[in-house]
Amino acid sequence: MINGYRIGEGMLAWLFHRISGVAIWAFVVLHVFDIYLAGSNPGLYNDLLGFYASPFGRILETLLGAGLLYHALNGARIIIMDFWPVMTRYNRIMWYICWVIFVAVGLPVAYVILKPIWGA
Amino acid sequence: MQIDLRILRFDPERDKKPHWESYVVEADPKMDRILDLLHRVKWDQDGTLTFRRSCAHGVCGSDAMLINGRNRLACKVRLEQLGRKITIAPLPGLPVIKDLVVDMDGFFAKLRSVQPFLVNESVVPARERRQSAADRALIDDTTKCILCAACTSSCPSFWAKPEYVGPAAIVNAHRFIFDTRDEAADERLEILADKDGVWRCRTIFNCTDACPRGIKITQAILEVSQAIQERQV
Repeated sequence: MINGYRIGEGMLAWLFHRISGVAIWAFVVLHVFDIYLAGSNPGLYNDLLGFYASPFGRILETLLGAGLLYHALNGARIIIMDFWPVMTRYNRIMWYICWVIFVAVGLPVAYVILKPIWGA
Repeated sequence: MQIDLRILRFDPERDKKPHWESYVVEADPKMDRILDLLHRVKWDQDGTLTFRRSCAHGVCGSDAMLINGRNRLACKVRLEQLGRKITIAPLPGLPVIKDLVVDMDGFFAKLRSVQPFLVNESVVPARERRQSAADRALIDDTTKCILCAACTSSCPSFWAKPEYVGPAAIVNAHRFIFDTRDEAADERLEILADKDGVWRCRTIFNCTDACPRGIKITQAILEVSQAIQERQV
């Protein structure tokens, strides 16, 4: 419920889009910072890369990948509706298609990112 | 069947903030609508309950309210669609005057801002201004609006930014922008190209889902957005 209103697919799609957008923005800020460290403080930069490669860092990277993938897929859904308003009639089915692609692409990517944790 | 009804009550002369009150009402789920329950509460249990209703048949748009978390018309929702436990609150995002009655002044001011009337300065013909069936089809959907405010008050963009003109005003602008007999489309597009116009829509679809007339509101909003871009307003 938001403002006493029941959350449907459209509101959920928008909420995830907003949350993933803010998360991607936060990562971009972090990324600018770590690239800056590469020149100004190589030791700290290496430590940060070590953190990214740690199990916890890999989980965060997987979440980042999930955010990027969802934001891109749902963004494409919104763009399709922007260019062809009649496609709004299929907004729900397009959202479910987004999730099918999300799982199909996301699971292998997550596997590749996470497999060093269990030494595969 | 007994229905457990919870209603968000607010009396500005007594209450500092809204509060829930519960009622048990005997009802026939196959025949009764939410409006019938409200009548039973008001007539038999608590005469102070305040709500709007007029035609009671889904035409006037007076009795839009938040029913079980969704904006609907109390006169169009049958109990068998909802079950035994029902919550009713005033339309979200609009100032509450009393109980389920909200202040619609701002809503109608936004509607007026888009000039929801035919503008045609040409010589008035002897008979009606004729229109082809294909031209009429362009506005078939958006002529159905009954101004109940279910769409505008369901919109998270409107909750966050009450200056947003809102879905209902855009729907009514659409009805005239795409009317081939009208001559003020550019003026309306200019108004809606504002930062608080169509661009505040986030394609959340609450409006489309809430509309008791089944108007494809998000599609209409996006058609107006396209018209703004194509005409380079």
